[in-house]
Amino acid sequence: MRVLRDLFRDYRFALSFTVLSLLLILALLSAFSPYDPTFWWHATRDLRPSWAHFLGTNSKGQDVFWQATFAVRNSLIISVIAGTVSRVIAVVVGMVAGYRGRLTDRVLMFVSDSFLVMPLFLIIVLLAMLVRERMNLVNLGLLLAFFGWAWDARVIRSQILSLREREFTQTAVLSGTKTMRLVMKEYLPFATPLVFSTLINNMAWAIGMEITLAILGLSNLDIPTLGTMLQWAISYQALLLGLWWWLLTPIVLAILLFVALYWLSVSISEYLDPRTRIQRVGAG
Amino acid sequence: MTGGPGGLVLRTEELKAFYVLDAFGTEKVVKAVNGVDLEIRENEVYGIAGESGCGKTTLLKALYSAIEPPLRLIGGKVLYVRDGEEIDVYSLGREEKRRLRWEYVSYVPQGSMSVLNPVKRLKDSYGDFLESHVAGKTKRDTLAIARDHLHQLGLPPKVLNAYPHQLSGGMRQRVTIALAALLGPRIMIGDEPTTALDVVVQRGVIQLLKSIQERLKNTIVLVTHDMGVHANVADRIGIMYAGVMIEEATVEQVFGKPLHPYTQYLIDSLPKFGDKTLRRSAPGSPPSLAELPSGCPFHPRCPHAMDACVARMPRVLDVGGAHRVACWLVEGGRDGRAA
Amino acid sequence: MRFVRRYLLPRFIQYVLVIFIGITAVFFIPRFTPSDPVQRTIAQLQSFGSYLDPGSIEAMVDDLREMYGLEGSMLEQYGAFWKRVFTGDFGVSFFQFPTPVMALIRTSLPWTAGLLLWATLLSWTLGNVIGGLAGYYSRRRWSRTLDTVAMIVRPMPYYIFALTLLILFGYVVRLFPIAGGTDIARRAAFSWAFVSDVLRHAFLPALSMVILGTATTFQTMKLIVQNVNAEDFVQYAKLGGVKERRIVSRYVIRNAMLPQITNLALALGQILSGALITEIVFSYPGLGTLLYNAIVTGDYNLIMGITAISILAITTAILVIDLVYPLFDPRVRLM
Repeated sequence: MRVLRDLFRDYRFALSFTVLSLLLILALLSAFSPYDPTFWWHATRDLRPSWAHFLGTNSKGQDVFWQATFAVRNSLIISVIAGTVSRVIAVVVGMVAGYRGRLTDRVLMFVSDSFLVMPLFLIIVLLAMLVRERMNLVNLGLLLAFFGWAWDARVIRSQILSLREREFTQTAVLSGTKTMRLVMKEYLPFATPLVFSTLINNMAWAIGMEITLAILGLSNLDIPTLGTMLQWAISYQALLLGLWWWLLTPIVLAILLFVALYWLSVSISEYLDPRTRIQRVGAG
Repeated sequence: MTGGPGGLVLRTEELKAFYVLDAFGTEKVVKAVNGVDLEIRENEVYGIAGESGCGKTTLLKALYSAIEPPLRLIGGKVLYVRDGEEIDVYSLGREEKRRLRWEYVSYVPQGSMSVLNPVKRLKDSYGDFLESHVAGKTKRDTLAIARDHLHQLGLPPKVLNAYPHQLSGGMRQRVTIALAALLGPRIMIGDEPTTALDVVVQRGVIQLLKSIQERLKNTIVLVTHDMGVHANVADRIGIMYAGVMIEEATVEQVFGKPLHPYTQYLIDSLPKFGDKTLRRSAPGSPPSLAELPSGCPFHPRCPHAMDACVARMPRVLDVGGAHRVACWLVEGGRDGRAA
Repeated sequence: MRFVRRYLLPRFIQYVLVIFIGITAVFFIPRFTPSDPVQRTIAQLQSFGSYLDPGSIEAMVDDLREMYGLEGSMLEQYGAFWKRVFTGDFGVSFFQFPTPVMALIRTSLPWTAGLLLWATLLSWTLGNVIGGLAGYYSRRRWSRTLDTVAMIVRPMPYYIFALTLLILFGYVVRLFPIAGGTDIARRAAFSWAFVSDVLRHAFLPALSMVILGTATTFQTMKLIVQNVNAEDFVQYAKLGGVKERRIVSRYVIRNAMLPQITNLALALGQILSGALITEIVFSYPGLGTLLYNAIVTGDYNLIMGITAISILAITTAILVIDLVYPLFDPRVRLM
């Protein structure tokens, strides 16, 4: 595909794509894990990294490496759920607001703006506190999705607004195309690339929130995610006890994930933005 | 009196400026200015005419030494003639170039709608231009100079207190032109100053340009595709096509006795009072500057195209009386018109 | 007058509405979730090992319901809630019973406010200046290097970054204290000893926030400046031979600041959240640590109080910024 080849010229895309692929492989490895991640004491505790245990073991007697595979997998699952569901909401809201305009638009944008300016973190915390027992991967993903759509709804709306002024819209409307068909068939292809780059951003945000919620003890601590792994390490004083492998693994994996996702989204959105494309061509 | 031999004020030699675009591995070269020789004199209005996409704007940029990537100077020279000396503009350092700007030559760009700083009042923008070139002026002096200048050009000095967005399009254009004349430059270059304005405002702009030229006795180089404007203000006109000057003559000669087939088409297509015959224009459309035809760029559309036209670019011929043409037809001694 | 109508009024209305919706949300969320805070609190107490006989449980239920404002019909509760908000009474804290929530907030708020104000001001200014210059000289090597650095720093979530700093400078290289706002037993006074102690403790949290904030501001400013650079009026000033220093300050940065002011307003919610999280990492005695304690002890009143105050603070700050913006952009001023 030409698009992929062009994208790979950007070192940021190439690097982040590679890192993410590796992390994905790591997540998939979890299917081959010899240990059940929810059990404790399947290995001697607090062992340093060795050939038997690549990243050592933690104070709960679990192999850190295999825990990490599950952690990456679960964090990714949460972020994918959160990201896709919130995209759907964002697209629907953005399209309706952009196309209908006037009162619908103002109301929807007001709601969206309110979501943006409020300290969502606190509201999410409040909610999470109250649904603590019911918290699993899917629920957490949905919870985060409910709060992550606001920014992109605006982005999509402005795209729709500009599309609405274009000639082909007038043509379609005058020839009797129904609103739904117009929006789905004609506008969606324009919105799709936008959606993709914001999806990645949103996924990164979701993982960040997941980690933060876990640290505050608002997650289901039995399910291994990057956040819960970190939380266990901290509550067991891994730092003071010098169990650096247990503490650093989720931190390093998280950092890799965030930076890679961010670089991916930036390189994609720059690729899509015609202005920066011209800037690149003009150099030298 | 400035000006070199023949009262020249600007001269170019074989000027070539191309856009070199490199998108994802493939290179595309747009030959916007493809060998242009100009001699522009003092105290005249020199018009440059031609269709969109013929390279006029690029030529102006090259004359003003405003060349930036992806535009590149491929060859040739641009020489300002000042106090009898020829200055090769492209060999100057940055500070020297900066000095020349506005003091020797100024520029009125296409679409002056947004060329003024939107968050500063006009008087501050005028101040920026003035103070960057003339040292030792206080704010009060600057304001006085600006007001005086506008007053003399017949523009209301109170616009200086306004922000750009508060002025109408036409007023903004006139203010920008007045700004270009602020330091009394020897050359003023205008790129389509009347386009996108309604006729009444156009008149105001043209009057302004004329009055500036009369007062400063300087040179105005005017680019526009509107032949009516040329007829109104220009002394001499250069016709540009696909990056080259194909004809250059006085206004009367261009309108009365055009020699190049393209110019003939151009003049023929203009409406005339009382003449109700159908207007014709040249068949086809101008070539892409990235894929120029061989030899004379006009030959694909020219009714008189000969083998020579396909083979080689015609030389510029001096037909006498300031009239110059680049056409094999004329070279052969025959008049361009078919029987 | 048109200005007031077109610009001020809509923003003020939005301000009031957002507060209204926010506080209403804070009110409704605990009441519409599947778990009942009262039951949870009792369950928590029981899980801590205390035995409660049915009689005391009943009495507790009544007391807790009163404390959480759950008496009466929904409408009555709502009305009472608003009345209490206006008087600044968010009830009594469970975590530090029987201290009123407002008192706890009042002690913690100055710490957070101080951290937030300084960190935001510093990072906004630094980010804009460096980003502005980097955007103007975008082809130079230093500009591109800084960009790459920012690309690595920016996506870090507040928690991870704060934690990393804590590990690096609190443990690995023991430069700074790892917890608290001051050393224990230090008395508050306007003495250098006290102030320097506060500064030492505040350094890492502030550093964490400043670095993250600067990276973000830097990047957005750089992008904005690159766009402004391409604007007609900048190009024109260059054509006019206007001195470069003037162009950079009066044409480029001055215009690039405008969207940055708006961006700051939009980011305040995130910055506050980030501040709270950072405080938790460093056990800094601000609202963040208070929040953490509230979560751990299941203190709903306290959480609601903190949330309500935060909503008020942020929306007010945004309104202030909105009011200040016309001073910088004449196009809005004279519509």
